[in-house]
Amino acid sequence: MVEATPTKRIAPAEGFRVANSVVSIETAKPASRISLRATSAGARSFEKSLNFALPRKPAETASAKGRHALWLGPDEWLLIDEANPDDSMVPRLPNKQFSAVDVSHRNMAFIVAGPGAAATLNAACPRNLSLAAFPVKTCSRTVLGKAEIVLYRTARDTFRVECWRSYAPYVRDLLAIASKDAHI
Amino acid sequence: MTPSSKQPYRAKSHGALNHARTVRFTFDGKPYEGLEGDTLASALLANGVHLMGRSFKYHRPRGVMSAGVEEPSALIGISRDKSNSGARVQPNVRASVQEIYDGMNAVSQNRFPSLNFDLGAVNSLLAPFFAAGFYYKTFMWPRKAWDKVYEPFIRRAAGLGESPTETDPDRYANRFEHCDVLIIGGGAAGLMAAKTAAAKKQRIILCDENPSLGGWLLADSDVTIDGKSGTQWVKDTVAELQANENVRLLTRTTGFGYFQQNMVGLVERVTDHLAQPDMDLPRERMWQVRADKVVIAQGAIERHLVFADNDRPGIVLAGAAQKWLNQFGVTVGNNVGVFTACDTAYAAAFDLYEAGTHIAVIVDQRATVDQALLEQANELGIRVMPNAGVVGVTGKLRINGIKVKTASGSEETIEVDALITSAGWTPSLHLYSQSRGKPIWDEASQRFLPGQSPQACVSIGACNGTNDLATTFAEAAKATGGRAPKLEIENDVSLAGGTIGMASESAETGKAFVDFQNDVTAKDIKLAVREGMHSIEHVKRYTTNGMATDQGKLSNMHGLSIAAKMLDKPVPEVGLTTFRAPYTPTTFGSFVAHARGTLFDPSRKTPIHEWAQENGAEFEPVSLWQRAWYFPRPGEDMHEAVDRECRTVRTSAGVFDASTLGKIEVVGPDAAAFMNIMYTNGWDKLKPGRAKYGIMCREDGFIYDDGVVGKLSDTRFHVTTTTGGAPRVLNHMEDYLQTEFPDMQVWLTSTTEQWATIAVQGPKAREIIQPLVTGADISAEKFPHMSVVECQVCGVPARLFRISFTGELGFEINVPADYGRAVWEAIWERAEPAGACAYGTETMHVLRAEKGYIIVGQDTDGTVTPHDAGLSWAVAKSKPDFVGKRGLQRPDLTASGRRQLVGLKTSDPKKVVQEGAQIVADPEQAIPMKMIGFVTSSYWSGTLERSIAMAVLEDGFARMGETLYIPMEDEVIEVEVEGTVFYDPSGEKING
Repeated sequence: MVEATPTKRIAPAEGFRVANSVVSIETAKPASRISLRATSAGARSFEKSLNFALPRKPAETASAKGRHALWLGPDEWLLIDEANPDDSMVPRLPNKQFSAVDVSHRNMAFIVAGPGAAATLNAACPRNLSLAAFPVKTCSRTVLGKAEIVLYRTARDTFRVECWRSYAPYVRDLLAIASKDAHI
Repeated sequence: MTPSSKQPYRAKSHGALNHARTVRFTFDGKPYEGLEGDTLASALLANGVHLMGRSFKYHRPRGVMSAGVEEPSALIGISRDKSNSGARVQPNVRASVQEIYDGMNAVSQNRFPSLNFDLGAVNSLLAPFFAAGFYYKTFMWPRKAWDKVYEPFIRRAAGLGESPTETDPDRYANRFEHCDVLIIGGGAAGLMAAKTAAAKKQRIILCDENPSLGGWLLADSDVTIDGKSGTQWVKDTVAELQANENVRLLTRTTGFGYFQQNMVGLVERVTDHLAQPDMDLPRERMWQVRADKVVIAQGAIERHLVFADNDRPGIVLAGAAQKWLNQFGVTVGNNVGVFTACDTAYAAAFDLYEAGTHIAVIVDQRATVDQALLEQANELGIRVMPNAGVVGVTGKLRINGIKVKTASGSEETIEVDALITSAGWTPSLHLYSQSRGKPIWDEASQRFLPGQSPQACVSIGACNGTNDLATTFAEAAKATGGRAPKLEIENDVSLAGGTIGMASESAETGKAFVDFQNDVTAKDIKLAVREGMHSIEHVKRYTTNGMATDQGKLSNMHGLSIAAKMLDKPVPEVGLTTFRAPYTPTTFGSFVAHARGTLFDPSRKTPIHEWAQENGAEFEPVSLWQRAWYFPRPGEDMHEAVDRECRTVRTSAGVFDASTLGKIEVVGPDAAAFMNIMYTNGWDKLKPGRAKYGIMCREDGFIYDDGVVGKLSDTRFHVTTTTGGAPRVLNHMEDYLQTEFPDMQVWLTSTTEQWATIAVQGPKAREIIQPLVTGADISAEKFPHMSVVECQVCGVPARLFRISFTGELGFEINVPADYGRAVWEAIWERAEPAGACAYGTETMHVLRAEKGYIIVGQDTDGTVTPHDAGLSWAVAKSKPDFVGKRGLQRPDLTASGRRQLVGLKTSDPKKVVQEGAQIVADPEQAIPMKMIGFVTSSYWSGTLERSIAMAVLEDGFARMGETLYIPMEDEVIEVEVEGTVFYDPSGEKING
């Protein structure tokens, strides 16, 4: 844990925002994240520190108080804490039934919002993003063009796009150009 | 300039265009006027211009034949730039498809100096040399003439039109879309299918390649549906669909490709018809649609008749003439002849008559003609000649007469200024065939029809061989789960009938074109068969019939029939070529879409990238990463900069951005066991806080990757991989974990980007970083070479390694990536006054080569084992198993004569050999010499003041001290074989 440090933190694509009449794209605030891999017993054990149940079905998410758990695989979750600093969710004691790795700085996120959000993403993401196929609170590890992303629909017209930090300029520019076509 | 004429062939009473909305454009520099909504073809025809191009091989004058995408002849160059800069130039645009806009510049192709007088037409005189298969015959001899004469000639003759010379400035968009029903084709069938599906609240996409929906209904002036005209029915239906939020209507959108699992590619032309498009609009938009069900309603394409000189300007398809008249208000001539083998051409003729055009004659190939049609013609005073044929025409740049062979066998010449023809309608099987459906021959109607596609699609209407509107509507409704609508349809003309093959014996002697775009005549097909081509696949390739960009939309059936008749075989036995995407020519831009310029590939940059940029670094790409290559000071070239950086690291210290190194966190109670399986060396004895160099093999025993691994605790390893290898190493590990060792309790997480990694290397490394480190003792005694500790650097959590890829005292500091730049700067603030430098990948390469450290992928190439690389010490002998263990025991991997990694020193120390250069034992031997190895790494070493190199060499370990040779183009370089460690072989410095 970092205590009052003068060391400057520079996040990728900080302060980025573009918007038109149907969609806005902006960089999400820094968040802490864990890549959680666990056996089913491990998941139960980890949940205790989380105060809410991990989703158990494909593409499901669960959240409470700014914390989100995204189901990425039968033994894999991405946990995002929008409220707390780095590695706040990493348990202090090792546990033999799960692996919790801090990836707060590995990932960054863009928030794509507005009635043209799905169309913007579908310029380069082949997933069916209709509300029927990809309802609110659904997530998916997928691609945006040539970048791997984790897509999380937080509201009807709002998506969180998580990507690795070095892909941020590519994802940013791709979303920006795609937004021009989002009214169609 | 003002237009030279006022559209003399415009029929005021006909068509849907607004006569007040005029559009000005030029064709070959000459100004013309057309109407908004005109295609280039209809606008030129309105001005009496039929001659629009020259043919590919013989440079024959050609007019426009069709009113659709099947057009083989009127291929035009369009320049969209006001400045004519060459960027927005598109060749081979079909005049029948391109809509005109104000200021459009169109040019004809394949002619010099002009369309009317073309020197290339001399090719026509050389026709005997261009017969079918001429590529295979004429140019085989003499051999020498190939390079100088034939190839340049063929290359010049190949292809039509001029390619753009500048980068395309337009933007192209892409969209992935899903729907319940995708309907391709917005004619009567497609509209009815959409109407039915819409009533069932399904998500529908309906696309049509034309600017307006309605298909042939828009060209039919007679048909009524429940008392409404065809056009009114279209208007009402489209309005109904437009109002439905579940329906997406896409016009100017071609379904060009049918791929796996109902993925269909559509290209929408967004701005090509606009004079001043909004700069925010893409030129084209690719739709990649995944549909639960695809309804193919592509319609049918009218065939031409095959007779001598059937390509002269003024000869057009009957349906096209009808479309130009009823949709665009244009007549193809004032005195028109008709040559037909089916009924639909009569409707075209009667419509033209009504518009005031004189119909000189209807020549009907059939002996028996429908009585009602004969009576109607008689009433209008039109002469009909049944059982007759057109055997030739007069006029070259435009026909002025036709020669008719009458039923009695006599010949008669009739004056005309245009001829409309129809050989009947070919169901369009393109997309059905692309869906991997097999066309089925229908003997009765002499057509191929769609059968059952292996994908979830259905063909309806004319493309399904359905000849009338009532059945089409019933099929369409059924296709989308509805009932046949009860509609009263009157004055519908059946598409039935027609002929395939040669229309008259004139085709035996004259130039009777089967394929217009590739200039293939009936005689060419016959020649191919005579010369032994008995399958249509062979005939096609020998003659190039159907191989032009129109994919034989007009020619395939004629070619097939001619070949079948000659072979005396039924048509299906001669075959039908498979249709492939794209249905019509599709721009590269639409496929590329966003993936150009900086969006071609992600360009990955480290958190320290900008510092390097600000400090003058040159960069090199390593996989997708941009890495600082070297940091030249003013006046330094690369060689000088690298020399200085190397010396500075060895004498003082250097700071290096190693953030791109792959990192994988291996966590779990079985972490050590997993490491034992994945790496060749043993991990049991490694204590937490210690690090180790590991080699990873594939099952075959060849080196796959390497890197230093730190053990953080009994259950946690920090694994590093090569920069380029990170993704595949993770996949390789995950693959084994999931498929071979699923019982192991261990998990893998990529942490490459979680950490910024800063290497500080050199004698002063410790002194530079010491004050920044808290929570760890990094003295030589407490923190020896190959150690790792979790501590703080600059107050942020860090994983600090003591490791070296330079041979010097070295540390690698990992901090969370957001802090990378700040920590780098803090280190730099101490490093610079200490006389240290920032160094890049080139210096890193030289320093590691001086120590004989390999780079996977440079000194190994997928055929090098750890033993070959001199790394036997890193292969555990006692472990029961590891990936590659059995591979390494294969006889060929243990046999003598394997290429082994050695060091090379040139006899002349100033000579730096080339990487990749081949090595021989005896440079005097005859060519081809026996090559016994090659150079993998080669550098100038400033520290050693000489060149150094590494190479893989047959039995290299046994050749120490041998003199070998590297023959180059202009010299032979002498080298001596030695070990790979050139610098500090005892390792004193690294342990300092």
